[in-house]
Amino acid sequence: MTTIEQSNNAPHVVHIEGEMTIYRAAEIKQTLLTPIVESAVVEFNLSKVTELDSAGVQLLMLAKRTAQTKHGDVRLVALSPAVLDVMQLLDLGSYFRDASAIAPRTG
Amino acid sequence: MDIDQALQTFIVESRELLEAMNDGLLGIEHTRDRAESVNAIFRAAHTIKGSAGLFSLDHIVAFTHVLESLLDDARGGHVEISGELVSLLLSCGDHIGELIDAVEAGQRGVDEALAQRGAPLLERLRTYLHAAPLPGKLPTVAQRVDSTAVDTDCWHISLRFGRDVLKNCLDPLSFIRYLGKLGTITGIVTLPDAIPAAAEMDPDSCYLGFEIAFNSESDKAAIENVFEFVRDDCAVQILPPRSRISQYIRLIDELPEEPAQLGEILVKCGTLTAKELDAGLGHQSSVANTQLIGAILVEQGAVPTAVLEAALAKQQQVNALRIQNASSIRVDADKLDRLINLVGELIIAGASIDLIARRTRNVELQECNATLSELVEQVRDSALQLRMVKIGATFSRLKRVVHDVARELGKDIELQISGEDTELDKTVVEKIGDPLMHLVRNAMDHGIGAPDVRAARGKPAQGTIALNAYHDAGNIVIQVSDDGSGLNREKILAEAIERGLIEAGKSLSDAEVFDLIFEPGFSTAEQVTNLSGRGVGMDVVKRNITALRGSVGIASQAGQGTTVTVRLPLTLAIINGFQVGVGDTVFVVPLDMIEECVRFSSDNDQEYTDLHGQVLPLIRLHALFEVEGAVGPRQSIVVIKHAGKRTGLVVDALLGEFQTVIKPLSRIFSQLKCISGSSILGSGEVALILDAPALVQQVVIREMERSMSAARGPALPVRVPDAA
Repeated sequence: MTTIEQSNNAPHVVHIEGEMTIYRAAEIKQTLLTPIVESAVVEFNLSKVTELDSAGVQLLMLAKRTAQTKHGDVRLVALSPAVLDVMQLLDLGSYFRDASAIAPRTG
Repeated sequence: MDIDQALQTFIVESRELLEAMNDGLLGIEHTRDRAESVNAIFRAAHTIKGSAGLFSLDHIVAFTHVLESLLDDARGGHVEISGELVSLLLSCGDHIGELIDAVEAGQRGVDEALAQRGAPLLERLRTYLHAAPLPGKLPTVAQRVDSTAVDTDCWHISLRFGRDVLKNCLDPLSFIRYLGKLGTITGIVTLPDAIPAAAEMDPDSCYLGFEIAFNSESDKAAIENVFEFVRDDCAVQILPPRSRISQYIRLIDELPEEPAQLGEILVKCGTLTAKELDAGLGHQSSVANTQLIGAILVEQGAVPTAVLEAALAKQQQVNALRIQNASSIRVDADKLDRLINLVGELIIAGASIDLIARRTRNVELQECNATLSELVEQVRDSALQLRMVKIGATFSRLKRVVHDVARELGKDIELQISGEDTELDKTVVEKIGDPLMHLVRNAMDHGIGAPDVRAARGKPAQGTIALNAYHDAGNIVIQVSDDGSGLNREKILAEAIERGLIEAGKSLSDAEVFDLIFEPGFSTAEQVTNLSGRGVGMDVVKRNITALRGSVGIASQAGQGTTVTVRLPLTLAIINGFQVGVGDTVFVVPLDMIEECVRFSSDNDQEYTDLHGQVLPLIRLHALFEVEGAVGPRQSIVVIKHAGKRTGLVVDALLGEFQTVIKPLSRIFSQLKCISGSSILGSGEVALILDAPALVQQVVIREMERSMSAARGPALPVRVPDAA
């Protein structure tokens, strides 16, 4: 479900597929946190995430925070509709500081 | 509490409220106290919304919310209630009715088809909402942040989910989504602070907290209800709009996060402005030492006016309901049915006691039993009375139909109602609504012409439809008449001949011709001519009425109008029956149908006799039902009358009048003609109840066949033998 692309000077890209829910919470935690090392910028490509629930949300938030404490960062890119929906519902755009990837709140 | 039962109550109450809404809307143009009417309509919508919320029927809540907002504006005088708006609101009421029907049918979620029907209504409601000048309404986040006063219209909801929420298969997101259906989430901050460091974080535990600014018309209970399922698993704090700053401060104090950070969060989600926060925090530090907790609580007791108003409105409504309820109790229809069944058994038991008393010739017992029977009869009558309802409610529902259809057709039609206090059995009332509606629609659509046509014929431009009800010999008679152009006899005849319903060149009475429009063949005709339209669904009307053991007739005068007369039995459970013996079998004839009994002495198989100088067609029950046993020596004729037609039933013995409890026949016997039910006699024997209308019909058919074969000549149908 995850593929890791590595190239020079580019952020570490992790593709996440399928659902990011409580049913796969442990696995997702592993996937999200493993690439986060000292000073690393990790890009999670969420284009193929079919579902996101609270468990997924808090893991994403944890990943962001963990990366920042390690002087790195986490970026979320190519949000799938399911992810976008949750991001808008919870107004998480500013938390992930990725306004370009997150459509402005409409409702 | 039993949720299903509660839901049932919700359904019943909602329907009543919708009815009240309907009546209010229909009466609004004539009422003097318009404001009170609008208020009543608003409260009805408000209550439906609130109750629907309790059952998590979000789609109903969502729809009703928009309706309620509009009504609220109307209440405030921002929206004028025009004729067009009344129509729209009526349609909205209907839609809610449909949604509730769906709930009753077991559908708790959104029905796509229904939602699609609701969407255009919402759209139209919104145009009114937006058209109205709404000072201070629908605030946006930006406005609130800019404003300096404490007058936020938003609730503030603070959520800290428990660790086990996710493990219990509850997703905090779904609660927030649901909340969005009760109103608008104008600001939300998701708090990840409780998430421990990566190593200690258990991915299956929930660490999230939310601070939400929420704009909604719902009351506190409705909002609290959203979190009903997680009440044990989630710390929920709800602050009403325009709460005291001190309440926010207390909230900040109680939450696990740092006060300064929380304050910012409140500002961020739009609940407080920075200024208010500063003022509040400063105020708090200065009074913290001197003010006792009690004092703070008293201060908090000062409920914002909006909340108070809502509470008052609710209180008034509850009082109004209570007054209404004081004079009546709501009883389950099942319980009534049971009572009537028991009374039925009582009558049967009484009949067997009577039998024994007579057999043993115990005069005392017979006397006692006579008294008992009289009492039982009274009990029966009052039990049946319990099920009797006035037909007025059904009639007033038709007001609505007339209002709508008249608008649709561009005709000016008045509905005159008389006899609305006439009572009939509840089950009959429920089933007569649709056929009546059909008759009224038909009368409006095809009976009454366009205003200019009417004017040309010298009639007033406003057409009139009259509904009338009265009791007649154990029947209730309901008449639907219009002052339209009447039925066109020639067209009906031509159509009937074309469809092969009757033979050409046959002479029929007006009544017979008009009866043809109840033929199924007429129902599918395209709605082009006056004639064809008239027949749409009339066969269904007739079938429904016949199923209630009733009958329907039609009278019409060209240019003057048409009157449809529906006759229905008052009750379906117990009748006064007249027992007759045929061979060894006992039949029951409904007493209301009987005109008289006369001696009969004739051996030949004639089908007619002379009664008071008139021809009376006869039916020999012996032959009709192929009863075994010899024909009695002293035959009698029981003359029954239905819908103006007399028929004589030839029987062997007259056994007298008895109360008869109708037991429906099982489905196996549904094909049986001329039998409408069965009853158990005192002796334990079964007696069949004769279907008088069907018997009269038999004679009519017999006559028609005869006149047809007479018209064709005696040799018909002719079978030409093969030439070979």
